[in-house]
Amino acid sequence: MLASPLRMHIPDGFLTPAISVVGWGIAVVMIIVALRRTRRQLDDRMVPMMGVLAAFLFAAQAINFPVAAGTSGHLIGAALAAIVMGPWAATLIMTAVLAVQGLLFQDGGLVVMGWNIVNMGVIAAFSGYLAYTLARRLSGESRVAVMAASFAAGWISVVVASLATAIELAASGTSPLVLAVAAMGSVHALIGVGEGVITAAAIGLLLTARPGLLQAGATAPGGRTAAVILVGLAAALLVAAFSPLASRSPDGLKAVAASQGFLGLGQAAPYQILPDYTVPFISHPALTTIAAVIVGTLVVFGGAVIIGRLATRRQAAGL
Amino acid sequence: MHFDLTDQYRPRPSFVHHLDPRVKVVLAFAFILTAGLMPIGAWSGFAALLILALAASLASRLGLAFALRRSYIALPFALVALPLVFTVPGEVVYQTPLTGWTITAQGLERFWSLILRSWIAIQAAILLIAATPFPDVLWALGALRVPRLLVATIGFMYRYFFVLADETARMLRARAARSAKVEGRRTPSPLWQGGVAGAMVGSLFLRALERSERVHAAMLARGYNGQMPSLARRAIRRMDRVVILAALLLLVGLLAWARPS
Repeated sequence: MLASPLRMHIPDGFLTPAISVVGWGIAVVMIIVALRRTRRQLDDRMVPMMGVLAAFLFAAQAINFPVAAGTSGHLIGAALAAIVMGPWAATLIMTAVLAVQGLLFQDGGLVVMGWNIVNMGVIAAFSGYLAYTLARRLSGESRVAVMAASFAAGWISVVVASLATAIELAASGTSPLVLAVAAMGSVHALIGVGEGVITAAAIGLLLTARPGLLQAGATAPGGRTAAVILVGLAAALLVAAFSPLASRSPDGLKAVAASQGFLGLGQAAPYQILPDYTVPFISHPALTTIAAVIVGTLVVFGGAVIIGRLATRRQAAGL
Repeated sequence: MHFDLTDQYRPRPSFVHHLDPRVKVVLAFAFILTAGLMPIGAWSGFAALLILALAASLASRLGLAFALRRSYIALPFALVALPLVFTVPGEVVYQTPLTGWTITAQGLERFWSLILRSWIAIQAAILLIAATPFPDVLWALGALRVPRLLVATIGFMYRYFFVLADETARMLRARAARSAKVEGRRTPSPLWQGGVAGAMVGSLFLRALERSERVHAAMLARGYNGQMPSLARRAIRRMDRVVILAALLLLVGLLAWARPS
């Protein structure tokens, strides 16, 4: 298995047991709801379909292409699964993928698996699905619009999930919040481009080969609850990031802010999306890095919508 | 190819292999939790856990170094904890010459404790899988109240993963065969190559979806009604009770005994 150091699969030992238990709590609730919704959606087709598609995602992660400087783009797949099957089914598929990766290949820990499921399953699937449906609604029906929305969904799902991972690591006192967010966010901003390109191209192929499939994904259950679930999880994570829990840990933010030289290291991470990774008017260093990621997200989303709109208008004009 | 398609299970005539899979799953989780609860700097506690892991490896007749050999997998992740040596305030032991960052004793202690925790924890996971056939692990999860439909889904994934990995390998080989490097022509841009990879993912998805439809039809033909029947029934034996009780007491005792140095 390809292993780059800043992957999102948290191994055991990097989160405190208390935080791991919270992660399992959220994951269990989400899995139970996902099982119910997906069962209603697919009936007795559920087990074979979810199982084989999970095997597909795991296998598809080996299809890679060179990006730059020895890194290669490959798929996590939550956004792709969510676009085609709906967010609840995608959560289930990702849970199966992560369970086998963690149990059989020790790729990601067992006690921390709850958070891995929440990050790469729930958060990635729902953020990708939300980005895709919103972009589609704003940009129309043309092929380019669908593919641009898929790109945005792939990129956003990876970056948002990496942000959540960074916050969990920081809340456990494993990594200083500012650095964790900056490093995870910037590396995954690049990895997300690979995810976005593969997701867009895969959806492009499905659009040609089986256009009916995408309609099924659009009517899958979970569309309306997606925003509620995401906002809830985001609020919980932000509270975790700035709670006494995080700042009480010995590697608090103060120490990082004091050694500004060190903050520079985070900013000099090899791939950065915003020039300084800081936004003026916001003085809290961790808040600034998070804000920078949010701005990046809006830029990608906005770009996808604009490209999609232009393409849809050109198509409507018969060009 | 990056797949490690060799089965992780190592059959041996050992009493660990014969333990009830439920016992082994519970003990692996308990061991990993204990490693997580071991306080920062409790070196004797970490040493005791390491000895326990080695002893379990010996008892499963896998050899002393079996779990050690494969336990490096999670270590690259240590990079995220590395900043701790600089950011944890405390007694300065070293200052980098040019940038003036300070490495503190407390930071080093915290960093090494995290690395040890994760390194020791992963050995439990490796041993669990090496000493228990994966279908038995899944059965144990079901018996331990993990939703049966989820366990069945994971079981399907395990069964078809190898099939789809072969399918992927064939597609990758075909791509490699088509992608000759022509003298005097530029290699295509990453974006173009990403498009090809994405189209491969898309067609692999369609093949998987169609396969799942065939599998479902075959299941219906054999009388599938939405429930996954399982034949295996196991009873907890006296040996299992003794082992789980002794091991849990040992782990709790270790936690009570270990103090940060």
